[in-house]
Amino acid sequence: MLIGKPPDIPSSEFTPKRAYEAFINRRRFLRGAAATGAVALGADRIASVFDPHARVLADTTKLQTVSSPLTTTGEQLTSLEDITHYNNYYEFGVNKGDPAKNAHALPTLPWSVKIEGKVAKPLTFDIDSLLKLRPLEDRVYRHRCVEAWSLVVPWIGYSLSELIKECQPLSSAKFVQFLSYYNRGVEGAWAYQTDIAWPYSEGLRMDEAMNPLAMLTFGLYGQTLPNQDGAPVRVVLPWKYGFKSAKSIVKIRFVEKMPHTTWNDEAPNEYGFYSNVNPNVDHPRWSQKTERRIGLPFYEQRRTTLMFNGYGDQVAYLYKGMDLRKNF
Amino acid sequence: MHRRTLLTLKTLTWLACLTPLLWLLWGAFTNDLGPDPTHTITFATGRTTLRLIMLTLAITPLRRLWPKLSWLIKFRRLLGLFAFFYASLHMLTWVALYNGFSPASMAADIVKRRFVTAGMTAYLLLVPLAATSTNWAIRKMGGKRWNRLHKLIYVTAVCAIIHYWWGVKPGVLTPIGMTAILTLLFLARPALAWKQKRKARAVTV
Repeated sequence: MLIGKPPDIPSSEFTPKRAYEAFINRRRFLRGAAATGAVALGADRIASVFDPHARVLADTTKLQTVSSPLTTTGEQLTSLEDITHYNNYYEFGVNKGDPAKNAHALPTLPWSVKIEGKVAKPLTFDIDSLLKLRPLEDRVYRHRCVEAWSLVVPWIGYSLSELIKECQPLSSAKFVQFLSYYNRGVEGAWAYQTDIAWPYSEGLRMDEAMNPLAMLTFGLYGQTLPNQDGAPVRVVLPWKYGFKSAKSIVKIRFVEKMPHTTWNDEAPNEYGFYSNVNPNVDHPRWSQKTERRIGLPFYEQRRTTLMFNGYGDQVAYLYKGMDLRKNF
Repeated sequence: MHRRTLLTLKTLTWLACLTPLLWLLWGAFTNDLGPDPTHTITFATGRTTLRLIMLTLAITPLRRLWPKLSWLIKFRRLLGLFAFFYASLHMLTWVALYNGFSPASMAADIVKRRFVTAGMTAYLLLVPLAATSTNWAIRKMGGKRWNRLHKLIYVTAVCAIIHYWWGVKPGVLTPIGMTAILTLLFLARPALAWKQKRKARAVTV
C-alpha cells in the first residue's frame, strides 16, 4: 500500500479518556447547578449557549451499561465533538454540520417502534420497553462511511437479533426493512435540499440481521443518542457502509422480497443493497481502498480500508459464494 | 482613476484573494480545520476557485452595463491568476492527500472517475490562460488571437461546474447556486450585446 496508516493503533494510544471524563464531570456540575436551583431559569440551557458540548447532550441521559465481548479494541475513539458535528442525516440538511444545528426538532418522546409484516407477534414497542428488553452493552465499532471517511464510536445497545427473536418472524420473512422517522412538517424545509423520496428506508437480509454484530443502538459515549446521531433508536452495522445503519427508526418490517433502500433508489450504480465495506470495489466516483479518519490532522488522516471494515471473521460467512463485485 | 486609488484597491483585492488561504493556513496551524481537514481543504480551495472564475466572468458584463466601471478590467488578470492559484492548490490536495503522490493511483482516478476527468479538464484549460497572462504574451500573440484563446475560460467554467455536480451525491442540489450565477453570467453576454446593438441602431436612425 502506497498510502495510509495500518488500521490498528496500539492500545497505548487508546481513548482520549481524560477529555471524556472532564466532559462528563462538567455535565455533572451543570446538572448539580440546575438541581440546586442556583439558576432558576435552567443552568443547562444557559450554559449550552457557551458550551457546545453541553448543548450536544442537553437532552440526553446517562445509560447503565455492561461490557461486551463484541467490542472492537485497539482503536482510538473519535471525539464526542466530532461524532456529533460530522453527520450525514439528510432529513436535517445535507452539510455535515447541519444535523447538529437542526436535529433538535426531532420529537423523540414519546417514541414507539412498530413491528410489521411476516411475524408471529406484530408488536409495537415504546422506547422504554426497548431499552429494558436486554442489558445495554458498550460496544466500540469502527464506522466506515461510503464517502471514504471513518470514525470509531463507543455505541450502546444490544444485538438486533434479540429484538427479532421477540417478534418471532415467520419462515417466509427473508428480509428486514427499517423505516426512519419522517414528518414533512418537522424536517420538510431541510429534507428538500435533495430529491429523495422520504422516509428513509434501509434493509438487511434476514441472516445479516441475525448476526450478533448487527446492533440495535440507543446511545453513545455513556449517554442516550444525540438526535443527530439517530435518537432515540437506530441500527449500527459496522461491516457495512454507514448509510445502511438507519437512524431514528419508527418501523421494522419483515418482508419476503428485498425491500427498496433509499440510496439505492437514488443511484443504483453507486449504492448497492449489500454495501459491505469492500476496498476492492471502488465507488464510481472515488476509490474505496483508503479512508480518512475523522478528527486527525490532514497529514495523518489517510489509512487503509479493511475488507468488511475489519469484521470479516464475524461476517464473511454470510457472503460465501457470492460475487461481491456484482452484489456490491 | 487615480494611481493611488488603484493601488489601494489592488492591495485590498490581493488581501481578499489571500484570505481563504490564510484561513486554511491558520486552521492547519491551530489544528482547527474541522472534523475532516482533508475535505475542508479540498472544498475551500475548490469553492474559492469557482468564485474567482465567476468574478472574472462578471467583469465584462458589469463594464457593459455601467461604462463608469470600465476600470474593473484592471483587476481581471489578478482575479484570473488567483483562480489559477487556488485551482493549483485544489489539484495539490488531490495529488497529495487523496493519491499520496502515486502516479498509478492518479491515472486510475482520471480514467475511472468522470468528476475527476471534468475537474482535470477544467484545470488543464486554465494552464495556457495563466501562461499567456503577461503583457508580453498579449503583445506577442496579438489581441485578437489572445482573446480567442482566452475564450477557453468559458469551457473551464462549464467543466468546473460539471465537476461540482458530478462530485456531490446524486440528488444533492447544493451546486445550484453557483450554476445559477454562471448561467446568468453566460446569458448576460448575448443579452447585453443585443441591447447595445439596438441602441447603436437607434442612434444611427
